[in-house]
Amino acid sequence: MQWTELVVFSALFLLVTVLGFVAARWRAGDTLDHLDEWGLGGRKFGSWITWFLVGGDLYTAYTFVAVPALVFGAGATGFFALPYTVLLYPIVFLPLVRMWSVSRVHGYVTPADFVRGRYGSHWLALLIALTGIVATMPYIALQLVGLEAVLRTMGLNGSGLLGHAPLFIAFVILALYTYQSGLRAPALIAFVKDTLIYIVILVAVVYLPNKFGGWGAVFDTAQAKYDATPAKGDGILLNGNNQLQYATLALGSALALFLYPHSLTGILASRGRNVIKRNMVALPAYSLLLGLLAMIGFVAISAGVTPLTNQATGRPDTNTIIPVLFGNEFPAWFAGIAFAAIGIGALVPAAIMSIAAANLWTRNIYKEYLKKDATPKQEAKQAKVASLVVKFGAVAFIVFIDPQFSIDLQLIGGVMILQTLPAVAIALYTRWFHVYGLVAGWVVGMGWGLWLLYDLPSADGKRPHFGGSALVLDKLSLLGWHPFAGSAVQVYVGIVAVVANLVVAVVVTLVARQLRVFNGTDETTGEDYHVDEHSPRAKPVATH
Amino acid sequence: MPSARDSGLRWSNWNLLLIIPLFMLVTPWFNFDGPRLLGLPFFYWYQFAWVPVGVLCVGLVYVKTRDEPVVRDKPDLLGVDDLDEGVK
Repeated sequence: MQWTELVVFSALFLLVTVLGFVAARWRAGDTLDHLDEWGLGGRKFGSWITWFLVGGDLYTAYTFVAVPALVFGAGATGFFALPYTVLLYPIVFLPLVRMWSVSRVHGYVTPADFVRGRYGSHWLALLIALTGIVATMPYIALQLVGLEAVLRTMGLNGSGLLGHAPLFIAFVILALYTYQSGLRAPALIAFVKDTLIYIVILVAVVYLPNKFGGWGAVFDTAQAKYDATPAKGDGILLNGNNQLQYATLALGSALALFLYPHSLTGILASRGRNVIKRNMVALPAYSLLLGLLAMIGFVAISAGVTPLTNQATGRPDTNTIIPVLFGNEFPAWFAGIAFAAIGIGALVPAAIMSIAAANLWTRNIYKEYLKKDATPKQEAKQAKVASLVVKFGAVAFIVFIDPQFSIDLQLIGGVMILQTLPAVAIALYTRWFHVYGLVAGWVVGMGWGLWLLYDLPSADGKRPHFGGSALVLDKLSLLGWHPFAGSAVQVYVGIVAVVANLVVAVVVTLVARQLRVFNGTDETTGEDYHVDEHSPRAKPVATH
Repeated sequence: MPSARDSGLRWSNWNLLLIIPLFMLVTPWFNFDGPRLLGLPFFYWYQFAWVPVGVLCVGLVYVKTRDEPVVRDKPDLLGVDDLDEGVK
């Protein structure tokens, strides 16, 4: 047991717990009994709050633990996280402000709400909502993996059910203040989380490499390690076969990120278009941080870190690389701060994700199918309860099912959420796609994407299914035809699936238009996509 | 007849700047070890150099298009201290 770390960690954890409960009264509106207030913090966050909130939401504890672990294991391929988060903002800059405006005019809370309004189809909206919920659930579970990696490094590495007790306690506390304060809780806690993360990573990047002879020596040691392993894809540089995978994974991840319901929650909670635009300029500060942290994975090689064995599963857990490195190399009190940064870093996204999933459930399933005349108060109540269910579902995932299952599901989730691109992102610009085309494209993209993932063995050949997202082009088969037979070049499955999705959507749309099939009614107008705060067209917040 | 404004699409040539960061994906341009900078292989510091490029592109589009049509009543003149004041 590492007492100093544990005490520092617990003190900071206590601080954010207090903040989480106090948040209910922070800049409170007239009522918390409305989704605009509970689920979107009153739609009035300014630039600074949004920067901390969205930054805390997108750059999760899991990211901060898993990306360096990936670099530690495979080298350059893990560094895709940097191009991914640099490309992200130029790509989403224009669509996001359109999404904000149209949501502000019509009071949309979820991406599925928008699709419902744009196409007048509750079935299409249901598909989008289910995709969002299924893709978000394992993501929440992964935050627990990040939190547990830290807890186990501090010595709370018990076996069996008791070994999960610290995690369970942390999550009950999180569930309670999210229930009470809604989105305001993670918004307030994000200030603490992000400040800690910045301090820890900047110190780590300056302090650690010097301990091992500087970056030059660190990279040389890493290359020597990769040369010694039998795996072909690793190294401090890419090779001829994984460059396309690197580029498509970065692009696919960038396209997917703001399709996740929780990312959009942070955007819709902001006050106006300029808040979002300023944030698209300022958020890359986190990308810089993530890139720096990714390289700490190489430092872990120089430091000779070995991953801890998870007593609950009995296998070494590579996600403990960064916590172990910090624990070994930092003085105990600073290691405690670093662990708290990662631990609290898990709470912010977990809270926002559970709120986003709860909003989807409430708006697009409960109100659509179960209780059409639900009042705003009933909606808020329903969402609060749903957020509890979602969180305990995530805990159950980790405790009762192998955590590897969550990692697999998160991988699948990225491919799945990308299939909502035509219905959500492209629909922001045009209604050219027919609703049947969108549904058919979704079915094909989803089905094929899942099949391709299922059929992928892991790089070390130990697991026959869901072993990664890098598809060798040789294996790509269009109904038995292999267009790239013999090629060893790899590509990201998500991109392949979304291209298939778009092709099918175009073909079905052309047919449906030829047959003049009714394409639903659009409740939005062109002007809606440009409305800003203070506009008389903007729907008053928290009224119905 | 819908007017140009009702089509819901507004274009500025400044938006083309948003395409530039996509060139970051051309891996053959930077998949080298040397020259190193502060010990970092070219592969790494080259990609870090794209972070300010991305910020510059998005920032320019923001600054150059913010006075265009969207908000006609009120330009974006809030000071830093006012940024987080909610809608009154």
